[in-house]
Amino acid sequence: MSNTDNQGGVWEVFIQSKPGLPHKHAGSVHATDKEMALQNARDMYTRRQEGTCLWVVPLNAITSSMPDDNDSFFDPSDDKIYRHPTHYVMPDGAKHI
Amino acid sequence: MTTNEALINYCLRLGDSSLILGQRMSEWCSNGPILEEDIAMTNVALDLIGQSRTMLTYAGKLEGKGRTEDDLAYRREEREFYNTLLSERPNGHFGDTVTRNFLHSAFFYHLFQALKNSKDEMIAAHAAKSIKEVTYHLRHSSEWLVRLGDGTEESHNKVQESLNDMWEFTGDLFEMNEVDEILIKEGIAVDLTEVKKEWEKIINQVIERATLSKPEECYMQSGRLNAMHSEYLGHLIAEMQFLQRAYPEAQW
Repeated sequence: MSNTDNQGGVWEVFIQSKPGLPHKHAGSVHATDKEMALQNARDMYTRRQEGTCLWVVPLNAITSSMPDDNDSFFDPSDDKIYRHPTHYVMPDGAKHI
Repeated sequence: MTTNEALINYCLRLGDSSLILGQRMSEWCSNGPILEEDIAMTNVALDLIGQSRTMLTYAGKLEGKGRTEDDLAYRREEREFYNTLLSERPNGHFGDTVTRNFLHSAFFYHLFQALKNSKDEMIAAHAAKSIKEVTYHLRHSSEWLVRLGDGTEESHNKVQESLNDMWEFTGDLFEMNEVDEILIKEGIAVDLTEVKKEWEKIINQVIERATLSKPEECYMQSGRLNAMHSEYLGHLIAEMQFLQRAYPEAQW
C-alpha cells in the first residue's frame, strides 16, 4: 500500500427512510465526485431497504460547532426549563391544544 | 429439437452468463481498489448470482430430471456451460473489469428490456426483475469508464487497451442458432440483431463521453452457442466448483 491517499474526498451520507421524513446521517464514503459519491453511498448504505432518498454532502461543505464551544453554545439552556412547552400548566378550559 | 429443449438451452445461456460474470466479480472481494469499490463490485456479484439462480432453477425444472440450481452450477463440466465468452474474461486490472462489465451490462440491459415481453412468463418475470439491477450495473460501469477514459493519460491508454482487447468477444453476444429460431417463432426469445442495434447506441454514446475510440472491425471469436470456451473458463469453474467436487452433498 502506498501512503498517498487517492481514495477521493470524504462525503457525508444522509438517508431518508420514507418520503416526508427527515434525512438522517448514516455515515460517510470516499469518492472523487458527486456521482461517484452517490453510487458509493447507494452501495454502502442502501442495500437493505434503508431508504427512498439519498443525499451526499462533501465533508468540507459542513460547518460543525467545536467541543470547545459547548459551554457557551449548549449549557445556558440547562436551567431554562420554561423553554419547554411542558413547563406550562394548561388552564382547564383549553381543551383542544 | 423440441421447443422444450430449446427453452432449456436458452435458460442455461441466461443463467450461465450471469453465474460466470458473478463468479468473476466475486473474485474482487477483498481485492477492490478502495473499500467502497470492493463493496460495490461484490454487490454486483451477488446480484448476478441471484439472477442465475432463477434461470438455472427453471432450466432444471423444464428438464424434469430432478436437477437443482446447485446441480447445474456445480456439477456441470466446462463444455456444458453456455455463458457468453465475454463473461469469462479475466478481471485483469480495474479498467479491464470496468470495460468488460460495461460491454456486458449494456448487452443484458437491452436483452432484458426486450425479454420483458417474452411469452414465457418465467423469462418475462426474470427480465423485469433483473432489469433494475442491470440498470445500476450499467450506470456504475459506464461512469467508471468515462472517468478512466477521460481521466489521466495513463488511465485513458489503459482502458483504451482494455476496450481493444475485449472487442473480439462482443460478436459472440449476438450470435444465434436453431434455439433462437424456434423460440423467436414462439414469441419467447428475441432477435439479437435488434438487441445489437440498441447495444451499439449505448456503446457509442459512452465511448464518446469517455473520449475513447471505438475499436476497428476485427475477427470476432465465437463459442457460446456450442459451449466452446476460452482457456479461462476451466480455471474459473475449478475454483467455483471446488467445494461441491471435494465434498459432494455438502450442506450448510
